[in-house]
Amino acid sequence: MTTYLLKRLAIALATLVLASMVVFAVLEVLPGDPARLMLGMNASADQVELLRNQMGLNAPLVLRYLRWVGGLFSLDFGRSYTYSVPVIDLVRERLAVSLPLALIALALSTIIAIPVGLFSASRRGRAGDTVAMGAAQLGVAVPNFWFALMLIYVFAVWLRLVPAGGFPGWGAGVWPALKSLLLPAVALALPQAAILARVTRSALIEVLNEDYIRTARAKGLPYRAVLWRHALRNAMIPVLTILGLQFAFLLAGTIIIENVFYLPGLGRLVFQAITQRDLIVVESVVMLLVAAVIAVNLIVDLSYAVVDPRLRSRQ
Amino acid sequence: MSLLEIDNLSLTIGDTPILKDMELSVAPSEVMGLVGESGSGKSMTALTVMRLLPHAARATGRISFDGIDILAATEDQMCALRGDDIGMVFQEPMTALNPVKTIGEQVAEGIRWHTKASRAEAEDRARKMLDRVGLPSAKFPLSRYPHELSGGQRQRVVIAIACALKPKLLIADEPTTALDVVLQAQILDLLRDLVAESRMGLLLISHDLAVVTEMADRITILRRGEVMEAGDTARTLSEQSHPYTRQLAQASMHVPARARPHGAGSGQALLQVESVTRDYPGRRTSLLWRAPDIRAVDDVSLSIAPGRSIALVGRSGCGKSTLARMILALDRPTSGTIRFRGETITGKSEAELKPARRDMQVVFQDPYGSFDPRQRVEKLVAEPLHLLEKKPTRAERREMVAHALHEVGLDQRDMDKYPHEFSGGQRQRLSIARAIITRPKLVVADEPVSALDVSIRAQILDLFAELNQKLGIAYLFITHDLTVARAITDEVLVMHDGMIVERGKTNEVFDHPRSEAAQALVTAAPDLHRAIARRMQEQG
Amino acid sequence: MTLHIDIPEETLSDILAKAFRNSAFVAGFVITLLILAMAIASYAWTPYDVTRLVISDKTQAPSLAHWFGTDHFGRDILSMVMVGARNSIAVALVAVGIGMGVGVPVGAFAAARGGLVDEALMRVNDLVFAFPALLSAIMITAIFGPGAVNAIIAIGIFNIPVFARVARAGALAIWPREFILAARAAGKSSTQITVEHVLPNIATLLLVQGTIQFALGILAEAGLSYLGLGAQPPMPSWGRMLFDAQTRMVVAPWMAIFPGMAIVVTVLGLNLLGDGIADILDPKSRRQR
Repeated sequence: MTTYLLKRLAIALATLVLASMVVFAVLEVLPGDPARLMLGMNASADQVELLRNQMGLNAPLVLRYLRWVGGLFSLDFGRSYTYSVPVIDLVRERLAVSLPLALIALALSTIIAIPVGLFSASRRGRAGDTVAMGAAQLGVAVPNFWFALMLIYVFAVWLRLVPAGGFPGWGAGVWPALKSLLLPAVALALPQAAILARVTRSALIEVLNEDYIRTARAKGLPYRAVLWRHALRNAMIPVLTILGLQFAFLLAGTIIIENVFYLPGLGRLVFQAITQRDLIVVESVVMLLVAAVIAVNLIVDLSYAVVDPRLRSRQ
Repeated sequence: MSLLEIDNLSLTIGDTPILKDMELSVAPSEVMGLVGESGSGKSMTALTVMRLLPHAARATGRISFDGIDILAATEDQMCALRGDDIGMVFQEPMTALNPVKTIGEQVAEGIRWHTKASRAEAEDRARKMLDRVGLPSAKFPLSRYPHELSGGQRQRVVIAIACALKPKLLIADEPTTALDVVLQAQILDLLRDLVAESRMGLLLISHDLAVVTEMADRITILRRGEVMEAGDTARTLSEQSHPYTRQLAQASMHVPARARPHGAGSGQALLQVESVTRDYPGRRTSLLWRAPDIRAVDDVSLSIAPGRSIALVGRSGCGKSTLARMILALDRPTSGTIRFRGETITGKSEAELKPARRDMQVVFQDPYGSFDPRQRVEKLVAEPLHLLEKKPTRAERREMVAHALHEVGLDQRDMDKYPHEFSGGQRQRLSIARAIITRPKLVVADEPVSALDVSIRAQILDLFAELNQKLGIAYLFITHDLTVARAITDEVLVMHDGMIVERGKTNEVFDHPRSEAAQALVTAAPDLHRAIARRMQEQG
Repeated sequence: MTLHIDIPEETLSDILAKAFRNSAFVAGFVITLLILAMAIASYAWTPYDVTRLVISDKTQAPSLAHWFGTDHFGRDILSMVMVGARNSIAVALVAVGIGMGVGVPVGAFAAARGGLVDEALMRVNDLVFAFPALLSAIMITAIFGPGAVNAIIAIGIFNIPVFARVARAGALAIWPREFILAARAAGKSSTQITVEHVLPNIATLLLVQGTIQFALGILAEAGLSYLGLGAQPPMPSWGRMLFDAQTRMVVAPWMAIFPGMAIVVTVLGLNLLGDGIADILDPKSRRQR
């Protein structure tokens, strides 16, 4: 068990270090001098050089990388060139929107998908299954931002139930803030739920064909009891894998969805930072998102061990 | 009165007829053997009784169990019967248990379901049952998971599940086919004892006539869904009045006609294995530590003279397949040398091995897995021609393939077919054709007939014998089946725990085994002659 | 995780006969064909010229003259949807090509070599996997600026680890087979075995994954061009059309509805096609019927 845990942890850390190198390297090769950008076109070469020295831009590459990574650990991400505030403040502020959004969407998609998958698998080939899987097939094909536009049209423009966009901030009260996250969360969750429901169904059906299901039936357990007691837990592994992958998709999805709904989240921050060439912000946010993906994959790996005893005893 | 009575049972799955007017009965404390070759419908009979058939199956006729009309029973009634009054044991112990539940949970589950006992009570009964099937609590606590057990131990757990509530009828569908002979004998003993203890009826399904003869009071012989003959085991098999019964019995005991072996005792050895050892790294127990290495083959030496036929026998996991792979240069020994035609082949590069590979080919067990399903027979059989110095032209290649197919009794027109168009026996002929196309001096055959039905097995053994006579090919036969070893080989090597523990003339070793391992194998091996004789004796 | 592959053992005509009895396959095949035909037809003919702006015709509702209506510059939406198909298909298809071209050899090589090589390649794979497609697209765009080519590269890079994983898992399931041992006993090298035996046997697996990635590519391209990171105006693209529609939802909802439908139908068609192929070639699905 501990061997498995340690190995997965080591892999996650190694991936994280490599990823940080990639992010750093990519932004190193970017055209444009941040010092020049900050001072504007009128600044003299001497002034730029002075600022470069102050910002540590003239230090050797390795040193700058280490300094950057060291900063990440002490939550000092540097200062944004355009906002002129510490990046960590920006991130903290924006995370208060993005994180609840992603979590609500993930919860929503899981709550919808698993029961639908179970329902479909237990009524395999019957009308209920066909309808549910038809809907899922359609759900997979819908781009979330288009779905978001349609939701806005129906619920905000037509029915005027929720705001069409914007975010009042948590200071305005929990309910108004949640209300403005509702449509974005639904838009993000539904296509993911469609995928998850399909995976749940096919994983269950695969498991239901295993020999040990027949053994359980030969014990006298009715079909339903076999489904719940034997099939579900064995079907969890592919479902967990997809859940992990979906978190990455959800994070990426928030970048688009936040733009559709004008939500002041991380996605919008990174998007604007790119257009404004605010590299330090891009660097930090991308690193943060990548770290989140790696962390979630680690959690998924660890939860395999909870589900499957074979992983606990093997390496 | 019968416990189980099957009358006029017909079964179709989709449009395919599986059973026709099947009849069978089992009395309390009686062992009924149901024998047949693959596709005869024996497993489907069991699943019909359990009502666990696939959805597309339609059964007509009558099955009555203990006064209940099975085919007319509701699903609820069936659930009450299954696991309580009827238990079932399956063929594949490796997959029959749920990998994420402990063995205790799995045995106790049925007890709790049927008796509404508390968890503690059910676990208590499960514990007693596991003790009874030979899994004592000291070594096998309830908290064990299936992957921590071996195949034979898992089959004991499955039997514990099936017998936990003292069923009136136990159905065992090929319960020992996936196990080696020694384990097979142990599991059969266990079943026999359980039947005797609780006056349980046993429906034992098997393809192996010898196993059924040893176990069953009465026997039903099934062929293509129809009952050929049924009756008292001893009489049915001693009289062999039905032609199909006779055919099955003779095929089971078939010995191919062979003249004296080729070039016996002449000159230099073809293959010499000298103190070969193979270690596999032990399992990693933590990031830094490994378990000690596992020694799969331990200081093995042997030699094979040209044209001789040698058997390598042993229980599963004794290292015989690893040894075969090293001889074929598909795996490297940790130490020791292997010489083929006097030249060392250990440590040689693939290019240097070419001439040796040309003279040394292989036939595998699984006639379904040993061909790439995407290639035509011509390409498959011609694959070893790649080893020839001079690449044959297409016409030459077709000529050589046609010749090889002819030698193994297939038509040269077969060369444009795909492997799936052939039956299991024909595929094994293809496998042999591929092995002999380069005119090798040695063929290593790893369980070449154990996946085949007895009648097909007899034909393939004849083919091996014929090619040995005609082409002077030496064989190394790897098998766990002593009947096969006796039928086709001159000498035998008995392997145990990676070591060769006994060697000698095949008949002498099997008639008078000296080592413990050989004795265990010989006693456990089912033998039809012996089984019939014993039955006759019991009945006077 | 291990992957179990049942190799179907049928001839081409059996498979074709079965294909045309499979409703998912037929529907997916027809839809995909229609979309492809539409994209190709757009080179020769569109109802209106998509580059000409007719301000007097701006934001007209669907009518007989303009079946899908017009946009804020008076361009015909049907024509733009037709031309936009080219861009979506081209980007997604080339990205699948990149993913397969790099991913499959990497995965097959990793499986053939095993050990440290395998471990190292799979760790690199994990690394690429940690960057969601959109994130890498954003980084690439940050370096090279927006454009269709950069969208292709971003989506293509994301496809590589997907195909590498599928190819590796498939190859690992093939390698222990006896026919591979037989080929080794016949002196074939691991490269020869990979080409002659492994790849043909995992081809269907890759084909199914290919249609899935194709569909995902269409979705990703739409997302990128919606954000302005994909194809640049005046080249019409479905995502860009949706971006233009967003601020005009109240006055001209058709500007959003039709390009969106085009995406949905295309992706649906490809997914049905993939499901159909998987269904036809999977012997397990036969058993369950």
